[in-house]
Amino acid sequence: MLQTYKVTGGDFVNAGKASSSVKGILKQLNVLAGLIKRVVVALYEAEVNVAAHAYSGNILVEIESDQVRIRVTDSGPGIEDIQMAMKEGFSTASKEVREMGFGAGMGLANIKKNSDTFNITSVPGEGTTVEIINKLTD
Amino acid sequence: MKIQEIANIINGQVLTSGLDAGREISQAFSSDLMSDVLTRDYEDTVLITGLANLQAIRTAEMSDIGLIIIARGKEVGEEMIRLAESSDIVLIKSAYSLFRISGLLYEAGIKPIF
Repeated sequence: MLQTYKVTGGDFVNAGKASSSVKGILKQLNVLAGLIKRVVVALYEAEVNVAAHAYSGNILVEIESDQVRIRVTDSGPGIEDIQMAMKEGFSTASKEVREMGFGAGMGLANIKKNSDTFNITSVPGEGTTVEIINKLTD
Repeated sequence: MKIQEIANIINGQVLTSGLDAGREISQAFSSDLMSDVLTRDYEDTVLITGLANLQAIRTAEMSDIGLIIIARGKEVGEEMIRLAESSDIVLIKSAYSLFRISGLLYEAGIKPIF
């Protein structure tokens, strides 16, 4: 099953809709709650990152019987130093993003924690791609 | 502890309707930072927060949290209530501070998650 979603930079009203949709699909597929939570927390953090930092983003979700593969690609400023961005507490988020309850510099580390396989690539001035692959069976 | 009992203790008002009010709550986590909420696992947990926006509801949804208490009398919009209802999350609003709500519920036997 293939699902695609769009995320708009700065849109904190709709951020989370894709994660919510994926949660619904995985629940219907009777995936274990703990495994669903890992997927949707990772995806939600990625969605919030696009809303917080990029101009726009696309989410591609491929659900197979035993795994889910998610690719979040954004057009945006990109990340100069990924190693630094992965560090807990490092953040370039705006005051507005912090007022929304995010921007504490924990998102990328939390995506990694909730992913079985996590990849991130970025081109400064162009954008960032995050890949999350999780098993759907124990 | 039942939801109505929690609402009574903190002099709160249940804002959502049509949801299962029989759910049991045994633990609580208090935070205005959703990034922190997203780093933990929850079972029968209430989120106590002063952050009254849609992302507080989304964070609870992704975290499998079934009850949110909005503290400090923050204005809760109709859109938040509707999103909570469609996400099966009960919303309670209380005029008390985060500290007071946390203290009252702790005293009543609700456990911290860590």
